[in-house]
Amino acid sequence: MSIDVIIEGIGVWAPALPGWQASQDVLTGKAEPQAAGSARPAASLLAPAERRRAPDSVLFALEVAQQAAQMAARDGRTLRGVFASDHGDLAINDYLCATLTQAPEQLSPTRFHNSVHNAPAGYWAIATGCMASTTALSAGDYTFAAGLLEAALLARSEDASVLFVACDLPACGPLADVVSCRTPFAVALVMSPQRDRGGAALRLVSQAAPSCPALAPEPALLHAVHSDNPVARSLPLLVALARGEGQTFTLQAGPRLYLELEISPWLN
Amino acid sequence: MPARILPLAITAYTATCAAARGLDAISEAVRERRSGLRENDLADHPLACFIGRVAVLEETRLPAAFAHHDARNNRLAWLGLNQDGFLDTARALRDRYGAGRIALVLGTSTSSIGETETAYRNLDADGRFAPEQRRAVHQPHSLGMFVQDVLGLDGPCLSIATACSSSAKVFASAERLLRAGIVDAAIVGGVDTLCGSVLYGFNSLGLVAPQACRPFDIARCGLSLGEAAGFAILERGGGANAHVDKSTPCLVGYGESSDAHHMSAPHPHGLGAQLAIEDALSRAGIGPADVDYINLHGTATPQNDAVEAALITRLFPLTALASSTKGWTGHTLGAAGIVEAVMTLLALERGLVPGTLNLETPDPACGPQIMIDNRERAISFALSNSFGFGGNNCCLAFARGQAA
Repeated sequence: MSIDVIIEGIGVWAPALPGWQASQDVLTGKAEPQAAGSARPAASLLAPAERRRAPDSVLFALEVAQQAAQMAARDGRTLRGVFASDHGDLAINDYLCATLTQAPEQLSPTRFHNSVHNAPAGYWAIATGCMASTTALSAGDYTFAAGLLEAALLARSEDASVLFVACDLPACGPLADVVSCRTPFAVALVMSPQRDRGGAALRLVSQAAPSCPALAPEPALLHAVHSDNPVARSLPLLVALARGEGQTFTLQAGPRLYLELEISPWLN
Repeated sequence: MPARILPLAITAYTATCAAARGLDAISEAVRERRSGLRENDLADHPLACFIGRVAVLEETRLPAAFAHHDARNNRLAWLGLNQDGFLDTARALRDRYGAGRIALVLGTSTSSIGETETAYRNLDADGRFAPEQRRAVHQPHSLGMFVQDVLGLDGPCLSIATACSSSAKVFASAERLLRAGIVDAAIVGGVDTLCGSVLYGFNSLGLVAPQACRPFDIARCGLSLGEAAGFAILERGGGANAHVDKSTPCLVGYGESSDAHHMSAPHPHGLGAQLAIEDALSRAGIGPADVDYINLHGTATPQNDAVEAALITRLFPLTALASSTKGWTGHTLGAAGIVEAVMTLLALERGLVPGTLNLETPDPACGPQIMIDNRERAISFALSNSFGFGGNNCCLAFARGQAA
């Protein structure tokens, strides 16, 4: 069974990839990646008070969500939301676990409610006034592919535009012993079931065995920087979108599950 | 409003909670009004409150082949899978459809973070994880990975984590996967366990009651946390599958929405919750007057119950029955959706509609719908409400077999 959607908007925030507009030359190999650490994103959608309270997982997710919605020229209130993250906010988990060993009664209520996996979805809904459905999911190493499938299915079955956000952040504290993620990576796509504006057609086919190869890891430097972040598995799709050409490749979506992605040239 | 969906047959289901393990024992606990709540006796988390603890978890061990998944949450998942013959039924389902044609969609709020807390309590001299804790359990998808491993499934596998609506939303994701033909069946469920993060976290928000929770009571003062596991199998019904009996209960609708209001407080007028309920009714092709029973979110926090009681009074006829079953189970967070779906399915199939345990004097916001006592009544359509932090709402609509 195939699922067809139109990708209308893209957002990205990671070291060397500070926003979609600024990243396309890097993704197509026309410019050298500046691998220096990126600043925290502005996430200007958030009111100043909320921005102060919001954890990094929320800032990264809202930054890319806002980029993608703007590029698609879609009002955030009209978008259903799918937020994917393998680990959620590791800094908050580190804080919770460390505080519980020392002074559990002093746990911060704000950091506790920010610890839910759907915190970025909740802040997004509050910031945009969106009352449509939002979800938050994790699928381990396959989180990006699982979220992409969920989002595309939602767009088709609800006949509605969907915001898909995937984000993972560096591990910190003792958790870094068991979580390999060392760099942040956030990506967002706005997708619709039909074409009524510019975009690239994406066809997803779920398969038990790969029908075509995975894309070669390029640009090599980006892959080297981001190989430990499960959301960076979006890089082949981002490269294809930046090139604006048709491309077909495979993304692993489970231990024995694959997604074939057929991306069309970008049409304005 | 969304279009009507084809009903999906729920060909097997089970739950394990503080009150009881397995369907017959849960029915008995409901009939006898026997709560699973007790004074907190967790040695690692000595907060003065009541909890819904599943008593045998401390002694439960995973089979050797799955020992690397060990965590309280995965032990509870294992215990839950072993009730009502669910493990064998799930394996037979795999033989019928093939491992790649079955989706696994599970809800959890905290997954195995209790094990991460344990690792932090036992760091080595250099402040690092002890060797036995360097495992893949320290992530939200730990539950999904464990159950996928146990059941040997190869289809789409996700852990949905939207706080207290998590394992209600699994039904919606599964319906979409089935409708699109990505899979032929889905195993859904949810597991959440007691841990320091939630006990002290809800305590920090002032939401934990010192005594057993009293949903919708005028004197209610907060929730009691609990732990639970539940699972269900969804298959196409309506003649698409000859082996599915007409008397099998069905998922007939679901609604999902966001409050867009506050991270940890409900919308004051329940607007997001109302959208989810109306969406579920629309997908089911029924109206409020058709609803016989509503299993409420009913956490016993002052705000949730006031908003939800007013919403039920406003939306449903006076003859509808409504109750919160959290007096039996405690608030099982990411497992609440599946546990209360099971409570709702039991009411549909067995004609015993649970009342509200520990409710003595209803809040003035309550209409006559909200019941104190159990009722024996044959019912056809029922809803189950689940609302989570981040303003994340889900409502499920179920029907007795012949009614779908």
